Amino acid sequence: MLKAFSHLLARDLRLAFRSRHELANPLIFFVLVVSLFPLAVAPSAELLQVMAPGVIWVSALLSVLLSLDRLFKQDYEDGSLDQLMLSPNPLVILVLAKVCAHWLLTGLPLVLVAPLLGMFLYVPDEAIGVLMLSLLLGTPVLSLVGAIGVSLTVAVNRGGVLLSLIVLPLYIPVLIFGANAVDVASDGLSVRGQLLFLGAVLALALSLAPLATAVALRITASR
Amino acid sequence: MVEADSAHTLPLLETRRLECVRDDRLLFSDLSFTLAEGEILQIEGANGSGKTSLLRILCGLRLADAGQVLWRGEEVSAVREDYYTNMIYIGHLPCIKGDLTTLENIRALLDTRSQSAPLDEIEQALALVGLAGFDDVTSKALSSGQRRRILLAFLLLAKARLWILDEPLTALDVEGVALVETMLLEHRLAGGSAIFTTHHGMQLPCAMSTVTLGRAGKQSC
Repeated sequence: MLKAFSHLLARDLRLAFRSRHELANPLIFFVLVVSLFPLAVAPSAELLQVMAPGVIWVSALLSVLLSLDRLFKQDYEDGSLDQLMLSPNPLVILVLAKVCAHWLLTGLPLVLVAPLLGMFLYVPDEAIGVLMLSLLLGTPVLSLVGAIGVSLTVAVNRGGVLLSLIVLPLYIPVLIFGANAVDVASDGLSVRGQLLFLGAVLALALSLAPLATAVALRITASR
Repeated sequence: MVEADSAHTLPLLETRRLECVRDDRLLFSDLSFTLAEGEILQIEGANGSGKTSLLRILCGLRLADAGQVLWRGEEVSAVREDYYTNMIYIGHLPCIKGDLTTLENIRALLDTRSQSAPLDEIEQALALVGLAGFDDVTSKALSSGQRRRILLAFLLLAKARLWILDEPLTALDVEGVALVETMLLEHRLAGGSAIFTTHHGMQLPCAMSTVTLGRAGKQSC
């Protein structure tokens, strides 16, 4: 079972590295949106510092949302998804492998580049760590919950709007607590509560979202 | 001993009163047939008569609107792991990744079945389907017929007892068609079973049964 997980993960990573332009898209989007804000608003330190947590978190969320399609679309279109569903291994494990690959390719780069963007926007040094930690806890939730939405809409032509409608409400708590954690940390206060909440949401999503995704994929396949 | 005997007399696959409705249209109903070990069954029917739907129901991808599919006497959903280890389904979508090489594609397909094959065995299979020397070519450089041949190699390597093939002759040339015929015959000689659909003429000797959708029952020719 572990083998099935690692093989599928390796296959998805290999496929992604074969088409690198697609790989860089979410990251470029993230960096572009965040770096446009100082140009459009005003490059004053106080203003940017106030806006920074929200801007970074909203950009990260949209960047993940835009990349969700990649999760199952190709597998659905070329029939590989059928083969995954006919695997003797539990579908939940395979779903988890695909979500894991998706996070490694979209969420993790965002976490790694976030400190740099934080500095652009005058996030104080002591809050940079919290920014990374909040993204580290939050972005896997975005991938996990997004997978449910994609598996429901993958068979729908131009299901992008539908996907956003399904997924965005579920993203809101993560957005609120993630941005708030960075905000509070900038003021030098304790962020234990916010981070614990994000951790709890991650645990919940990690245990339930793959199950829901597996069921949704079976429904999609029985079209 | 008694158990082993009864296992042999049970059909490999059995359907009981299957019914399929699609978009409020009844495709087929009350469809019952059995498939024994070493039996080859062709599903016939006009376009839109529900052949693909039937095959997807047989392999559990689609739920039947009524009726049961039994694998060695037990409901498929109850013996999923055993069934999926012994059954292979190849639909009309290619399930080949253009960015992977032939070898990587075959390995990836075998991985999803929790199987693996040594390199020389894979190369042997590739040679047999006429893809010798293509193992490190990325699949987007291959023609659609060649991509179907990758699937044939996968079919050989998976060594499943039951083959469920949806239009296996699509995009294949004359030699390819002959290859599929030989593969089916050899599979049968080895005790394997197969269910397939096709609109091309298949030149199999008379040991084949057919189920025609839109007509009741199974005929043996």
